[in-house]
Amino acid sequence: MLDIAADPNELSFMLSRIQFALNISFHILFPTINIALCWMLLFFKVRFNQTQDETWQRIYRFWVRIFALTFAIGVVTGIAMSFQFGTNWPGYMETVGNVAGPLLGYEVLTAFFLEASFLSIMLFGSERVSARVHTIATLLVAIGTTMSAFWIIALDSWMQTPQGYEMIDGVAYVTSWTEVIFNPSMPYRVTHMLLASGLTAAFFVAGISAYRIYQGDNKSSAKVALKFAMAVAAITIPIQIFVGDLHGLNTLKHQPAKIAAMEGAWQTEKGLPLLLFAIPDEKARENHVEIAIPNLASLILTHDINGEVKGLNEFIGEHPPVAPVFFSFRIMIAVGLLMLLASWLGCYFFIYKKQFPTWLLKSTIVMTFSGWVATIAGWYVTEIGRQPYLVSGLLRTRDAVTDTPPENIMITLTIYAIVYAFVLFAYISTLFVMAHRAINLEQKELTLSDMQNEKLLEDPNNASTGSAL
Amino acid sequence: MIMPENDWLPAVFLGLMALSFLVYAILDGYDLGVGVLLPLDTNEHNYQTQRDTMIYSIGPFWDANETWLVMAIGLLLIAFPSAHSIILQTLYLPTSLMLVGLILRGISFDFRTKAPSKNKTKWDFTFKAGSLLATLSQGYMLGRYVTGFEDTLFGYSFSMLASICVTAGYCFIGAAWLVMRTEGELQIKAAAWAKKCNLLMAIGIFAVCVTNLTFNQAIMDKWLTFPQILIMVPITVLFACLFGTVHLYLTKVPMKNDVGCWYPFFCATLIFILCFIGLAYSFYPYIVWQKITIWEAASARNSLMFIFVGAVIVLPTIIAYTIFSYRVFWGKTTKLNY
Ligand code: HDD
Ligand code: HEM
Ligand code: HEM
Repeated sequence: MLDIAADPNELSFMLSRIQFALNISFHILFPTINIALCWMLLFFKVRFNQTQDETWQRIYRFWVRIFALTFAIGVVTGIAMSFQFGTNWPGYMETVGNVAGPLLGYEVLTAFFLEASFLSIMLFGSERVSARVHTIATLLVAIGTTMSAFWIIALDSWMQTPQGYEMIDGVAYVTSWTEVIFNPSMPYRVTHMLLASGLTAAFFVAGISAYRIYQGDNKSSAKVALKFAMAVAAITIPIQIFVGDLHGLNTLKHQPAKIAAMEGAWQTEKGLPLLLFAIPDEKARENHVEIAIPNLASLILTHDINGEVKGLNEFIGEHPPVAPVFFSFRIMIAVGLLMLLASWLGCYFFIYKKQFPTWLLKSTIVMTFSGWVATIAGWYVTEIGRQPYLVSGLLRTRDAVTDTPPENIMITLTIYAIVYAFVLFAYISTLFVMAHRAINLEQKELTLSDMQNEKLLEDPNNASTGSAL
Repeated sequence: MIMPENDWLPAVFLGLMALSFLVYAILDGYDLGVGVLLPLDTNEHNYQTQRDTMIYSIGPFWDANETWLVMAIGLLLIAFPSAHSIILQTLYLPTSLMLVGLILRGISFDFRTKAPSKNKTKWDFTFKAGSLLATLSQGYMLGRYVTGFEDTLFGYSFSMLASICVTAGYCFIGAAWLVMRTEGELQIKAAAWAKKCNLLMAIGIFAVCVTNLTFNQAIMDKWLTFPQILIMVPITVLFACLFGTVHLYLTKVPMKNDVGCWYPFFCATLIFILCFIGLAYSFYPYIVWQKITIWEAASARNSLMFIFVGAVIVLPTIIAYTIFSYRVFWGKTTKLNY
């Protein structure tokens, strides 16, 4: 800590890293819900068009408002992201701007404008355009969010596994755009992220619907939404685990140092054990308190009980900090397994037995934001696992940082942290206000104007007292 | 690698970027302006209705409008990466303040109708404060940029002045937008706002022109030599006409049958365009004033070409669906339902 304080540039570096991590972690919370939620909204909409069943309409109306709120936060935090490269990481754009610039540019051109323009028709246009145009607008927004994820992750994957460029005078020049975009880790990372988004949205929808039922909402819309979300989660999670495994194998091939950190393997070993728990010690270069299953890591990674896995000893000075990668990885996996359990139990009770036992409703509510935890943990594995490089083997994070004085970064970091804490609090509490509004609204059949008689609608205790009018 | 001066690509990208900044200033200009103008009074129910209508009038558009900023900054980054990092690092604090302003205002849009209703006015004020923070910082950044980031008393006072002028400009175009999109009491009120901002903006533009022309030798040479000086005359007359007729029109609002309600907005747009062209002409070919030209800052040809092809295909589509979206929501503002 002392040597950091002594060198203002080192301090700027640390603060910039914290600020970047804070900003992107906050940003990703909202896209990850929205990418998949938009496709779900499209599904609700199409189901309503087909069946003319009021329930689908209700579900759509409830979730589209939450979508709008989430989207707005996603957009403005994204705008903050797009300035970060210039304000805090000038070396990044100066070195790999020829690669990163056009990819970000395509994201703006093909995704952001599409989302932003059709969002308003999707939200406010239902009385002004035909049902068909409205459905198409919803589809276009969904395509837009997915495209946006594609481009930004293509760029991020290129930073992990760069190819298709040559270095001239310390600046990267592209030799093949196909190689840049379809770099080796891109397909895995995009798929894993889109599935992660599906899971996050599914548990989010399930959790809030379960909350409504738990609070005494007897209308079909909450139940149907809960069942739908549980089914989506139950189908997606095994695929996610499978894709995650493939992703890991891909990483082993291209970024062995990251895998070594994820496994906490300090020495190259044949028959590497799978560590369920350990406390990595960076100084002693060993683990404490290991709980391990012998040979399992080798089996998973090399499909051979005695396969050799490279350890961190092969990458001294070139490998990421071990503990954060190690723990983040375990958090992601643990949440993944929990999701498997929760969604399959949910399907069994809610869909097959048509029961809504309180204990299961409660645990579904607990899982509402589980997708956030796993997604953030997963990104930390990926991004911290790439350190000390910003672009693997090509540009060190240290060399990209701004020389803005640390005081300035301290100021902005503090402001961002305060604003984000405030927004997150407002977001989550508003979700519950909206849920209560929906519970009361539907019980009292005030079908049309949701802004009438606010007090009545928002009071949580009204839910149990109000009988249907 | 520095590009040869006759390469057309950097110039085209400069054009695209400038266009994005201009479109941004006009489009997000009016919705920022509307935000700054929100009435503060909480007592009367009337004011809540007015705030509602004002925000409904920009509701369907603000998101796409703001995307032009991402586009402009994106183009700066794509085409002139070294200038991008110099500019954004120098403007580190105002940029962050602007972002905080944009964040606060973007979220208030949605929270105000979805959070508990007792908090609605608080979110309205957050909206206003965020808009004001954003416009002030943008003006300040423009001022710093125009003075070539001069670290002198002159540089900073000029930036303060610019910060007020830009806010006045945005309020003017915002009020003009309201004159076009609303009716009744609010329209009359908007006309009164527009009149004040119009005056303030005229003084501002005049002050900026005079300071730039007297303090800045290079710009003086560009404008005040023969034959360029000839163009100053018609431009001055045009400006005088625009400001004068708008003022006259605004004193007459509300007109019978709402004749020409689009006129103030039209003039505001024209004034923005003219100012922008003037600035662009003064600065060309510098991307950072008197330090870096666009050819020195340009990125690799291959990368520019790659994105150019995409832009040629996609931009017309974007413009087409932007027009479509405006047509869907055209006419006097009504409540937004969904
Ligand atoms: C996996 C998805 C993903 C990831 C990793 C990121 N984003 Fe994002 N971003 C989205 C997915 C997304 C989205 C789904 O497209 C958003 C979120 C909500 C929304 O409105 O669009 C969005 C919005 C969004 C916007 C506003 C777009 C608009 O005006 O409509 C900007 C400028 C960015 N992002 C920029 C970034 C940058 C610079 C990132 C990384 C450094 C980044 N995003 C990471
Ligand atoms: C959305 C999910 C993402 C999350 C949660 C995330 C998180 C992080 C974290 C925690 C770091 C800090 C690592 C460290 O310094 O120890 C980091 C670094 C970085 N990441 Fe990501 N990241 C995400 C996506 C991206 C994307 C899409 C890009 C670029 C296209 C990107 C670019 C960078 C850059 C430039 C750094 C270096 C700055 C730094 O070290 O803090 N990240 N990221
Ligand atoms: C349980 C089985 C899972 C396995 C085996 C797995 C595997 C992996 C691996 C190996 C990585 C790091 C890739 C790298 O950067 O080299 C990763 C990243 C990531 N994981 Fe998982 N994962 C699992 C579950 C989940 C779940 C349930 C979620 C979220 C709901 C999730 C979200 C992410 C995200 C967002 C990233 C970072 C972005 C990316 O690389 O796609 N993962 N995962």
